[in-house]
Amino acid sequence: MKHASRTGLPGKYAGALLACLPVAYLLLFYFYPLLSILALSLFPAGRLDWVSLGRLVGSAYYLETLWFTTWQATLSTLLVVLLGLPGAYIFARYRFPGKKVLQALFTVPFVLPTVVVAMALLALLGPRGWLNLALMRILALERPPLDIQGTLAAILLAHVFYNVVLVVRMVGAQWANMDVRLVEAARTMGASRWQAFWQVTLPLLRPSLGSAALLVFIFCFTSFGVVLILGGGHYATLEVEIFYRTTYRPNLPLAATLAIVQIALTFGLMWLYARVQAQAGAPQELRPRHMTQIRPRRGRDWGLLAASLLPLLILLLLPLAALLERSLRVGAGGLANYQALFSNPRGSIFYVPPIAAVRNSLLFALAAMVLAVFLGLLVSLSIAGGPKSRSRLGRLLDPLIMLPLGTSAVTLGLGYTVALDEPPLNLRTSPLLVILAHTLVALPFVVRAMLPALRSIRPSLREAAATLGASPWHVWREVDLPIVGRAMAVGAVFAFTISMGEFGATALIYRPDLPTMPVAIYRLMSRAGIANYGQALAMSALLMAACVAGFLLIEQFRGEF
Amino acid sequence: MKRVGILLLLFGLLAACAPAAPDEPRVLTIMTHNSFDIGEETIAAFEAEHDVTVQILFSGDAGLMLNQAVLNAENPLADLIYGVDNTLMSRGLEAGIFEPYDSPLLAQIPDHLELDREHRLLPVDYGDVCLNYDRGWFAARGVPPPTSLEDLVQPEYRGLTVVENPASSSPGLAFMLATIDHFGTVWLDYWAALRANDVLVTEGWEEAYWGYFTYASEGDRPIVVSYASSPPVEVYFSAEEFDEAPTGVVVADGSCFRQIEFVGILKGTPNRDLAEAWIDFMLGVAFQEDIPLHMFVFPANENAALPDVFARFAVIPDHPAIVDPAEIDANRDDWIEQWIETVLR
Repeated sequence: MKHASRTGLPGKYAGALLACLPVAYLLLFYFYPLLSILALSLFPAGRLDWVSLGRLVGSAYYLETLWFTTWQATLSTLLVVLLGLPGAYIFARYRFPGKKVLQALFTVPFVLPTVVVAMALLALLGPRGWLNLALMRILALERPPLDIQGTLAAILLAHVFYNVVLVVRMVGAQWANMDVRLVEAARTMGASRWQAFWQVTLPLLRPSLGSAALLVFIFCFTSFGVVLILGGGHYATLEVEIFYRTTYRPNLPLAATLAIVQIALTFGLMWLYARVQAQAGAPQELRPRHMTQIRPRRGRDWGLLAASLLPLLILLLLPLAALLERSLRVGAGGLANYQALFSNPRGSIFYVPPIAAVRNSLLFALAAMVLAVFLGLLVSLSIAGGPKSRSRLGRLLDPLIMLPLGTSAVTLGLGYTVALDEPPLNLRTSPLLVILAHTLVALPFVVRAMLPALRSIRPSLREAAATLGASPWHVWREVDLPIVGRAMAVGAVFAFTISMGEFGATALIYRPDLPTMPVAIYRLMSRAGIANYGQALAMSALLMAACVAGFLLIEQFRGEF
Repeated sequence: MKRVGILLLLFGLLAACAPAAPDEPRVLTIMTHNSFDIGEETIAAFEAEHDVTVQILFSGDAGLMLNQAVLNAENPLADLIYGVDNTLMSRGLEAGIFEPYDSPLLAQIPDHLELDREHRLLPVDYGDVCLNYDRGWFAARGVPPPTSLEDLVQPEYRGLTVVENPASSSPGLAFMLATIDHFGTVWLDYWAALRANDVLVTEGWEEAYWGYFTYASEGDRPIVVSYASSPPVEVYFSAEEFDEAPTGVVVADGSCFRQIEFVGILKGTPNRDLAEAWIDFMLGVAFQEDIPLHMFVFPANENAALPDVFARFAVIPDHPAIVDPAEIDANRDDWIEQWIETVLR
């Protein structure tokens, strides 16, 4: 069966052919702008600016920053995996009322602007937050016992808050279709629950767990807003330094060098990971969900459910609840903040009508999602070429596609303005740029979500179909799509979410005539006046609602498998 | 496949709701920072008079905006740039990205705001970064509110102040500059004393004000670095009636830093005539009187009347700190580094 490659497409060059479009996309909208800005920053007058770079060499500070960046990301990833796995298990194995809504709610943190999340955490843990007030009452203290501002704990907490859903959903998607008989067999042969998990389940989960952990690590490695705001200036990641060196303490050669270091490290990590992962993704016997999922019946089931979900509920839903509560209390209170969103008393030209903000956000997010899923599908198919057709291209493309995640948003944003400035690519003021930028960041999520699923399909299935006379397209539709469908839906959810919440690069390229919800939130929060703050909170609540609605909608489209 | 069809249909519907782009013959593009705002009718008046479409290009905060303008000097992003302030102007002037324009309206603008004698950057508005305090908090405790920078290091004000990091915040930088001008060579001693008195540092204004300032949040800091215009803004956006603004401002000599915002024509604009008309319009009374309630800063034009809420509740410091823009540009990095060493490390 040499002629039938694992992608189901005939021919030796199928992988390369599929990769054409995504590669062109990357070249045009990632490498070209990135290299333009790096060249312009490093060689301001046609020569390398040694003087500005002098600060980097021989400065222990940047080594310390790199060290901190790395270990906080490692620690964050460990915490996220530890807290996420039980959740993934529950969502994979049990059917219970409210599951879909809960799943959607868990994804909401992903879209919230950092400044809003910081406010939510302060509402809970701040000097007069719920927890401190409760502790002061119980312990009869005069001053709040907890102080999270500028602590590592605050940073880690926010990283978990943002990222835990990645593990819950990506691992959950694979776990749900895993053959339960394998674990049962191990148990029959005398393995304890723990042994069965450790020696059977975990190795089988390696592809999706690796994918999720990698994404979390890179997210925390390039963490910006969380470290900037919650770190209180005591902590800095490379990304934060790049921001400082591009804005208030400009030194573009230095910023460019740090950006290159960050990209190089990301690439190295991805490359290593791609090599390991390509070997780990063994085909598995997949089971449809109605065979793997049960309703919790016994008390033990419910106990497990509660014990696994409770930490997540507290961690993820409490801050969201605090935001909601504040949006109803701050300022005039009640629904006043929501009503005020709909009026423009001063006739401001940049007043953002909430309907328009919701519409623009959804439009951008849907467009970015469709584009990212389409490109992501091509990339995944091209990379997942079987052991025989495993191309050099695939091995290179895998880490390349992830690079935008490791790239400083502010650097890339500047790159867009300097590179895409002439026809036919004069996109500096085009709304298209927003979609293109969002897609770039969303693409890695789609690919990471789909690859484990694609790799898990047994080649024999495809071969059988082909032998029975099915055309390659037919094989793909009947064999691959049903299996990949769920993974694709998960990828789509994250692509959608990324776009809904993205503000970093957008701050540089957004169109005032097409303001999104995060833009509206930032504008409202940037001025004094309690009513503005109240409206910013109300808009945040709308953003959460729009996301939940969006997720539930996307869930409707996924495959039944 | 049917579902995909529905999705596409939904998408098409959403797209159809989007406003269609008007096609005007001439477009004047103004790049500005993300907090720019003005009345819809104000801009419409200019557009009607000159038969032009005004396109506003938001470009991040002021520092990022200036960087973009400098990087794109060869192929300017816009015809004009508005929002470069006196902490940034030197960098822009040195990069040579502006065309001078001696607007007749400059006659109505006080001399002390006009920092570029070659008229490449023309003053539009100003705002003072000052300490704000929560009147209610101090009244309830019978403690007198602070009246000077020196007060903050006194024991009775221990743990009461929140400031922004000058490395990541524009008011943070402005306040640091005020202390440099006020205390001269011993400015770092002042900050060391502030640190010893348990000052809290946040990354930006939003977190300081909405996260920690007692008046505006559930925080426990009744003193915050904000703007002299914040009290009238609080009054304006509140449903309550006030005889006195709920927050106060420390306006002692040299305790505030005046941020002046400028507009300039970007070199190489093909719309020089329109750009000049825009500057005259921006410095004219109609636009200037519209500034306070949209951007919450003060108009540069002396003939512009202040809105009632500003006239009643705003306090303008008589003698804000003054630091030469060239000196700021030359020393900013070192000053911030020293500040970080003293306050955070």
